[in-house]
Amino acid sequence: MDLSVINPVLFVAGFLVAATPLIFAAIGELIAEKSGVLNLGVEGMMITGAICGFAVAVETGSPLIGFAAAAGGGAALSLLFAFLTQVTLANQVASGLALTLFGLGLSALLGQNYVGIKPPRLGDIDFGPLADIPVLGPVLFTHDIILYLGIALVAATWAVLKFTRAGLVLRAVGESHDAAHALGFKVKRIRTLAIMFGGACAGVGGAYISLIRVPQWTEGMTAGVGWIALALVVFASWKPWRLLLGAYLFGGITQLQLNLQGAGVAIPVEYLAMSPYLITILVLVILSRDKSAAPASLGRIFHASS
Amino acid sequence: MTALIALEGLTKAYPGVVANDDVSLSIAPGEVHALLGENGAGKSTLVKMIYGLVKPDAGHMQMNGTAFAPAEPRAARAAGVGMVFQHFSLFDALSVAENIALGMEHPPAMRTLSQQIRDVSDTYGLPLSPDRTVGDLSAGERQRVEIIRCLLQEPKLLIMDEPTSVLTPQEVEILFKTLRKLSAEGTAILYISHKLEEIRSLCDSATILRLGRVVGHCTPSETSARDMAEMMVGTTLKTPMRAGKTPGDVVLELTELSAKSPSAFGMPLREISVQVRRGEVLGIGGVAGNGQDELLAALSGETLSKRGMVGFKGNDVGLLGPTARRALGILSAPEERLGHAAVPDMSLTENAMLTGAAREGLDRGGILDWAGARRFAETIIKTFDVRTPGPANAARSLSGGNLQKFVIGREVLQRPELLVVNQPTWGVDASAAAAIRQALLDLAENGTAVVVISQDLDELMEISDRFAALNEGRLSEPSPAQGLTVDEIGLMMGGAHGMEVAHV
Repeated sequence: MDLSVINPVLFVAGFLVAATPLIFAAIGELIAEKSGVLNLGVEGMMITGAICGFAVAVETGSPLIGFAAAAGGGAALSLLFAFLTQVTLANQVASGLALTLFGLGLSALLGQNYVGIKPPRLGDIDFGPLADIPVLGPVLFTHDIILYLGIALVAATWAVLKFTRAGLVLRAVGESHDAAHALGFKVKRIRTLAIMFGGACAGVGGAYISLIRVPQWTEGMTAGVGWIALALVVFASWKPWRLLLGAYLFGGITQLQLNLQGAGVAIPVEYLAMSPYLITILVLVILSRDKSAAPASLGRIFHASS
Repeated sequence: MTALIALEGLTKAYPGVVANDDVSLSIAPGEVHALLGENGAGKSTLVKMIYGLVKPDAGHMQMNGTAFAPAEPRAARAAGVGMVFQHFSLFDALSVAENIALGMEHPPAMRTLSQQIRDVSDTYGLPLSPDRTVGDLSAGERQRVEIIRCLLQEPKLLIMDEPTSVLTPQEVEILFKTLRKLSAEGTAILYISHKLEEIRSLCDSATILRLGRVVGHCTPSETSARDMAEMMVGTTLKTPMRAGKTPGDVVLELTELSAKSPSAFGMPLREISVQVRRGEVLGIGGVAGNGQDELLAALSGETLSKRGMVGFKGNDVGLLGPTARRALGILSAPEERLGHAAVPDMSLTENAMLTGAAREGLDRGGILDWAGARRFAETIIKTFDVRTPGPANAARSLSGGNLQKFVIGREVLQRPELLVVNQPTWGVDASAAAAIRQALLDLAENGTAVVVISQDLDELMEISDRFAALNEGRLSEPSPAQGLTVDEIGLMMGGAHGMEVAHV
C-alpha cells in the first residue's frame, strides 16, 4: 500500500467534480419536494439529460448549448410526470418509478449512435493569477462554469426559500395544499413549475456526468446518482446547505475510495465501492435525527373539492 | 343607508343536497350581522360564496351598489372581504408572520410585518408573538393568527366563523371590544356563532338559516336566546337535566402529576393533585395552551407518567399505554377532531373500530370483526343523530359538529368507567351541544367519573359538579360549581394574568 500516490490537491479538486451532478439533481428534487411533489423519476430525468446534452454538444460543438439542451430534455420529461400527477391525479410514487424506467429506455434509444464518441470539452474559467495560488488555486480555481453554477444554485435556493415571497408560497403549497388553495394560490401551476425546475436541474446534473466527469456516453451511466440524490434530500432534512454538505461527503468518499483502490489498499474493491453510499447515508441519518422537516403535503394528491 | 353588501336569491346545490336555497340578506356599513343556524344549515356555503371559494348556481351579489362576483378569494380580498375560517387555513410548519404574509396581496418586508403584527395584536388585545411556529400554537392562539391576518388588510366586511369558541370570558370581552371598535370605524361584520348570548350582546341584526333557507330575521338584543335557538331548530329545546346525587368511590386519583410536554412549545404539567369520584363531573377550565392537551394525554395514556402519579380505582396506571387503559375503562376524546380523535380519510366504521376494538369485543385474537364495527358505528350514528349517509363515509366528509357528535358518542357508548373529554361541544350547534352534554350527564348518572376540559365556561357551569382551572400547567383547588361567580372563575384561571400566557 502506498498512500503517497494520493495527491491531496487533485483529490479535493476531484471530489468537487464528483459531487456536482449530485448537487444539481438533489437541489432540483428539493424544490419539487418543498412544493409537495415526490418525484422518484430523478434517475430517469438525469440520464435523459445526459444523452440530450451529450448529443447536442457533439452536434453543435458547444458544451454550453449541450447543457441548455440537457436542462430542456430533463424538463420535457418531467412534464410527462407533471401531466400524470397534476392533471390525471395519478399516484406520485408509481408515476416517478415509471418515469425512471422510461427515461433509461429512452436515453438508450437516443444514444445508439453516440457510443464511443468524445464530446467537445468545456474549458475551465480563467481566474488569472488566482489559479496560481499554491494549493488553493488548483483546488478552487481550475473548474468549469457549471460547477460554480451548482454552488450558486444551492445558495440561490436557500435564499429564495428563506427570504422571498415566491419561496414562501412554494413552501406553503407543500405544507398544506388545502389551506394554500383557500388563500387562492394556484396549487397545480406552482407544483408543475417546481417539477419542471427539478427536471431541468436533474438534466444538467446528468449532462455533467456525460460531458465533463466521464466524459463519454454509455447506457445507464448515471449509475444510481439519481437515487442518491433522492435520499440526500430526505436526509438533509430539506435544507439546501446540509444538502451541499452531504453531496460533498458523498463525492469525497467516492473520490477517496477510487484513490484507495489505485493505491492498492488491502480491502476488497466491493467494500470500497459501497462505502460512499453507506457512509453518506449513515452521516446524514445522524444529522437528521432532529425534528423531521418533511413538507406536510409531500406525495399527497391535490384535488380542489370546493 | 345603502347596503355595503347585498345578496339576492343565492342558490347553491351539491349532489344530493341543496346547501343554499334562495338566500337573500344585506349588511350595512358598520353593522354587526349574525348568521344563525344548526350544523349543516348552509352557513359555511353562504360565506364561501361571499369569499369567492364557491360559485353560486343562481342569484347575485352587490357590493356598494355594484355587481360583486368574486371568482377567487384574491378578488374577494381585493374588494375588502376578510374571513376568519372555522377550520383554520393555517400552515403548521411556518411561523405566525409567514402565515400572515401568505394571506396578504402585497406583504411588507418580514421585519416590518412582525412589527405590524405586534402593533395590531396590542391594539386589539390579541397577544401573539410573530416568530412562533403555528404548529405549536393552541387552537385559541391559531384563531388569533387568523383574526390578525384579516385585520391587517383593513377589510370592509369581516366574516367570522365561530370566533369565540376557544376564548375565555375575558378574551371574548376584549375581542368584542375589538369588533365594536371595528364596527364603529365602519367595518361590517358577518358573525357566525352558536353562542346565542354572545350574539345578543354583540350583533345588531340576525338572519336565521334552516336547511339552506332563510327562516327568519330578528334583532338579537330584543329576542331571547331560547327563541332564537328554537327558530334555528324549528322545535322546542330541552335543557340538560341532572339529578341530585352523591358521588361514590374515588375512581381517578392524581398525585402530584408532573409531565413534560411532548411539544417543544407546549406547557408542562406541574404537580396536579385531584380526585374524581364515581358519578361526578369535574369541569376543568382555563385559557387554551395552559396544559389542557397535556392533561388529556397524561390521562389517556398517550404520555406515560412516573410511578404513583395516576391512580385508577386504587391501581397505578401511570405506566400503561392507551390501549391497556381503554381495556380498563379509561376512555378519552381529544380536542382535535380531524387527525387526533378521528382519522380523516378512514370511514366511520374504521374509526369506530380504532377506539372500540378492545371494549366492544371487536378484536378476536387479532382478527377484526368488521360487521360488528359497522353495527357499532351505526349505533353511534343513530343514538347521537350524526348526519351522514352511512358508516362507510370518510370522517373528513362530516361537518365539524357532526363529527364531534360521532367522536363523543363513540366513547360514551363504550360504557366508560372514567371518561375524559376536551372541548366536547366545540363548533357544535345548540341542540347537538345540549344532546352531548345530556349524554355526559347521563353517563355520570350511571356511575361514570367524567372529566370535562373545556374553554366554554357556560358549558362547564351547566354540567360540572366541581370546577377547577388550569393555569400554566397547574390545576387550581376544585370548588363546587354551584354558586361560583364569573369573577371567582376568572381569578382561578389566572385572571388578567392569563392574558400574558401567549407572550411566552
